[in-house]
Amino acid sequence: MMPMLIRRDRASTKAAVLAPVVAVLAAIVVNLLLFMVMGKDPVAVFYAMLLEPFLSWSSFSEVLLKMGPLLLIAQGLAIGFRAKVFNIGAEGQFILGAIFASIIPVYFPQATGGWIWPAMLMLGALGGMLWAVVPAFWRVRLNANEILVTLMMSLIAVQVLNYLLLGPWKDPAGFNFPQSVMFQYDAMVPILLPGTRVNVSLLLAFAAAILAWAYMQRSFGGYQFLVGGLAPRAAAYAGFSEAKAITLSLLIGGFAAGLAGAAEVAGPIGQLQRSISTGYGYAAIIVAYLGGLHPLGIVASSLLMAALYIGGDNAMVSADLPVAAVRVFQGTVLVFYLAAVTFVRFRLEWPGSSGAERGSKGA
Amino acid sequence: MTGLSFILAGMLAAATPFLLAALGELVVERSGVLNLGVEGMMALGAVVGFIVVYHGAGHVMGFAAAGLAGMMLALIFGWLALGFRANQVAVGLAVGILGQGMSSLIGNSYESLTITGLPKLSVPVLSDLPVVGGLFSQDIVVWLSLLVTLAIWAMFRYSHLGLVLRAVGENPQAAHAIGYRVIALRYGAVMFGGAMAGFAGAYAATVYTPLWADGMIAGRGWIALALVVFGTWLAGRVFFGACLFGAVSLASLVAQTEAWPVPSQLLSSLPYLVTIIVLGIITSNKRLLKENGVASLGEPFGK
Amino acid sequence: MPAPLLSLRGMTKSYGQIRANRGIDLDVAPGSIHAILGENGAGKSTLMKLIYGVETPDEGQILWHGAPVRLSSPADARRLGVGMVFQHFSLFETLTVVENISLIVPGAKSALADRIRALGHDFGLEVDPFAHVHALSVGERQRVEIIRCLMTDPKLLILDEPTSVLPPQAVGLLFDTLRRLRDGGVSILFISHKLDEIQAICDRATVLRAGQVTGHVDPRDHDAHALALMMIGRDMPPPLHADPRPAGKVMLELCGLDYQPDDPFATPLSGLTLTLRAGEVLGIAGISGNGQADLSRLISGEVRLPAARRDEVRMMGQGVGHLNPAERRTLGFAFVPEDRLGRGAVPEMTLSDNSLLTAHGQGMLKRGFIDRRAEVAFTEACIRDFDVRTPGPEAEAGALSGGNLQKFIVGREMSLKPDLLFVAQPTWGVDIGAATAIRQRLVALRNAGVAVLVISEELEELFEICDRIQVIHKGHLSPSLDARSTRAEDVGRWMIGAQAEGAVA
Repeated sequence: MMPMLIRRDRASTKAAVLAPVVAVLAAIVVNLLLFMVMGKDPVAVFYAMLLEPFLSWSSFSEVLLKMGPLLLIAQGLAIGFRAKVFNIGAEGQFILGAIFASIIPVYFPQATGGWIWPAMLMLGALGGMLWAVVPAFWRVRLNANEILVTLMMSLIAVQVLNYLLLGPWKDPAGFNFPQSVMFQYDAMVPILLPGTRVNVSLLLAFAAAILAWAYMQRSFGGYQFLVGGLAPRAAAYAGFSEAKAITLSLLIGGFAAGLAGAAEVAGPIGQLQRSISTGYGYAAIIVAYLGGLHPLGIVASSLLMAALYIGGDNAMVSADLPVAAVRVFQGTVLVFYLAAVTFVRFRLEWPGSSGAERGSKGA
Repeated sequence: MTGLSFILAGMLAAATPFLLAALGELVVERSGVLNLGVEGMMALGAVVGFIVVYHGAGHVMGFAAAGLAGMMLALIFGWLALGFRANQVAVGLAVGILGQGMSSLIGNSYESLTITGLPKLSVPVLSDLPVVGGLFSQDIVVWLSLLVTLAIWAMFRYSHLGLVLRAVGENPQAAHAIGYRVIALRYGAVMFGGAMAGFAGAYAATVYTPLWADGMIAGRGWIALALVVFGTWLAGRVFFGACLFGAVSLASLVAQTEAWPVPSQLLSSLPYLVTIIVLGIITSNKRLLKENGVASLGEPFGK
Repeated sequence: MPAPLLSLRGMTKSYGQIRANRGIDLDVAPGSIHAILGENGAGKSTLMKLIYGVETPDEGQILWHGAPVRLSSPADARRLGVGMVFQHFSLFETLTVVENISLIVPGAKSALADRIRALGHDFGLEVDPFAHVHALSVGERQRVEIIRCLMTDPKLLILDEPTSVLPPQAVGLLFDTLRRLRDGGVSILFISHKLDEIQAICDRATVLRAGQVTGHVDPRDHDAHALALMMIGRDMPPPLHADPRPAGKVMLELCGLDYQPDDPFATPLSGLTLTLRAGEVLGIAGISGNGQADLSRLISGEVRLPAARRDEVRMMGQGVGHLNPAERRTLGFAFVPEDRLGRGAVPEMTLSDNSLLTAHGQGMLKRGFIDRRAEVAFTEACIRDFDVRTPGPEAEAGALSGGNLQKFIVGREMSLKPDLLFVAQPTWGVDIGAATAIRQRLVALRNAGVAVLVISEELEELFEICDRIQVIHKGHLSPSLDARSTRAEDVGRWMIGAQAEGAVA
């Protein structure tokens, strides 16, 4: 007989905390098995992928570097996801952020001054937001599903980037490579931890986490988002504007992703190029869910996902693992998490055992 | 060959990946389930189909393997979305990410390899006509997918199974109350959708452009999802939508070969732009969506 | 007594903590109309689902003609000869009548259509086989459900609260049909909480209270008092008596309100006009599906009009058609919607957080941030004043029983101290104790000078608490009828739209 899911009277906090842990452990087991099948040494892969990132300061600082954009984007997305606004186009918003930020160094490569990098970050955030305006308008005015529109906007963003890099923004001294000029010193976000590449944008990401926490857990605005996500008809009944919630959450998502994109070109990369994003926008979806869509949970899940990126690079070098293995790992973590999170709201019951609970007297 | 006759000749083949995936998703959505993992199921089907054909097992085996691969991902989707009643949007995304990741992983050592496609089967006389002749010279899969379109149209129009699927999609509680096994039927629909997405991927990688390149599905699974909405959940309209997208993607090829003074990136974006615009036009007609839509789409069902 | 057709022995079913049925025994004789009597939440619907195989019992046995059977699906039950007419119909709106029927009856469509017409003729259940269900009235849909059951040639027909969707005149017709079926050898299980109906048609009655049987009786031998005692454990509460009192200022006006819904299957509203004054209760009667849902959303502000048409809805003397619900609330409006879960309350949120939904204006916000203490204090007061049975403000709304959640929502809206209170279906699915309490509160509010608007499908309820009644039918409102001098049958004629023809004749 099949076990049945029985709805709990109230959400289980224990299950909510355990779900991501169980999911990660299950994903580790399944993926190591997969790597064994592929003929890789599972111990070596495990060491390279999951331990090495934490074992030296230099590799851990790289983890922190990757964590910044993931944390920032995921915080923005989670606000929308909790309102059931599914922005899956953070990748495109990230790219637009990078493009907008590059306007200053590309057109004013000689400019100097401490204002440049903050201005670039602001421009980037603006660019990400502008890219989110289209899906917001389409959803609110034209009733079109934001999932499809945000995704299409991402695919278009890649083409816009290619156009700029192959055409007007190509570095004339760049041996015909599709990349822009290297940015000047003042266009770079200041380093936060000396001796590493970690810059001030990590602080911005943490600040965003705190803001997101205060907004979602304590403010009436965040409460309205939650109601809209859990029970849209109750939100309409209360008089919370759905259009406002949709627009705002898409714009917040675009803002955060755009900021992250700007920080990436004005940080570790230092120029606009094709590979500015290694799927941050998509990985952030997983980060957001794995963090339980909770601002604090996302801090933990973004650290984990960042470590996985670095670990994947390690495993590629030391255990000859294709880089795509990281994406498979990400996918499995999300799959297991979605299964595990069911038990926050439901518990399993086998037919007959429902009688057994109080049935010691009965049968 | 002029631009028009080129487009007419290639339109159906270009449309086939869209068509197969969209028809599968149409059945899934009619039963009340939204599976956003089509892109991933297509990608996995593409690489699996390619590898099987590359190793000489032939196109039939290639398509069969691709269908099975799509069904395997669909099973994971069903297990989470139907068994665990998880949020269908999140599960679809998860399965999509997993499928794309697996396709890159599996296809890693096959990158840029090529195989031979399938020969064209021509309708006598008609295929010799000027301009439109190319339309009647297509490979076997195109002809079969026309048959599948017809079969799905007829299923929803005339068959008992079609009636039951529509009932389950409209009101699963009522269907359960009169004795239909809602979850089992939805599993069936989801598995069918997975197989069709697998076939669509296999067509793209073993017939339409017989080579493997990571990321070659390039959003076609997402466009297939949009096509189901364009077609307001009706097989005939989905077919015409798929032809439109086939024509659009060929038009950009024509423009590139004839060196129109337009950036190629704009032409590559054309299908995505068209998707956004047509989606807005169709969905802003709320009455149209209500009349043809699926009332319980995306809502988990549990007793 | 002849050997029973159906017997139940020790049927038990629990949903989580809720024990819906406990050790129920029951015998249904052939050719009998057998009542299952009990108030909302007594476990009647659960019991019927067990008999029809929709749910399986945790314990207990079903006997058919004396032999034990296992029903694991409705198809099993239909094979035995059990048919069921659901309270909330299990029909598919986008399909035609004959398509709906072909979902459970095999056969070609044309043959089915002929049988539908023939059965309709024999039992007074005429309906067009090729009509789409969304185009049918509620009464016609019930006919389709009954025909669908009859086509499986049942020995036992279960009807779950069949009169709740019918106007008074149609109840008699339904009873005629049921008697004809009984005389044709079909047993009928008739589920209801209305004592007079059961006495009119049933020859046996099994009374349920809190999931247990409290009596097997012949309802014709007992008076309403005795049946009520078995059903609710005490006497029925006496009907309220609302004395006429002078009405005050106009608080709500609809002035020729028109509305064309987005949903192509919904009823358009046209030319609705009403006036409601302070200190009176106005009731809107009508069979469900005649435009009530959109009317309530237009009054609440969940559906808004363009600013140019704002005067089609006026509150406290100003045009509000373009305002959203929160804006209307600041004018002194409060609203209890017909569906509690997912609209009146968020099931996954605590009662405290559900207070915030509409009562955030009651000092619960400080510079945009939520004042948890004010929220909890408000919720505690609401729980105390309105006798909500719950562990406390931290309980999730979804865990409350229907009656208790309704008391909470009514309490929350009344705590907003409105000048105009609008309640849709105040006692739907609510047990008698809670229903009485809610009605008393509504009348008390009226006596304190509040204008109260009630939409209800239960005529008895409207006659009990209203000063005036207007009837909605196919998106039109009748003129105002004085509740004290109008008979139920007169309201009933407006409910089926027969009034206009009657006036001519």
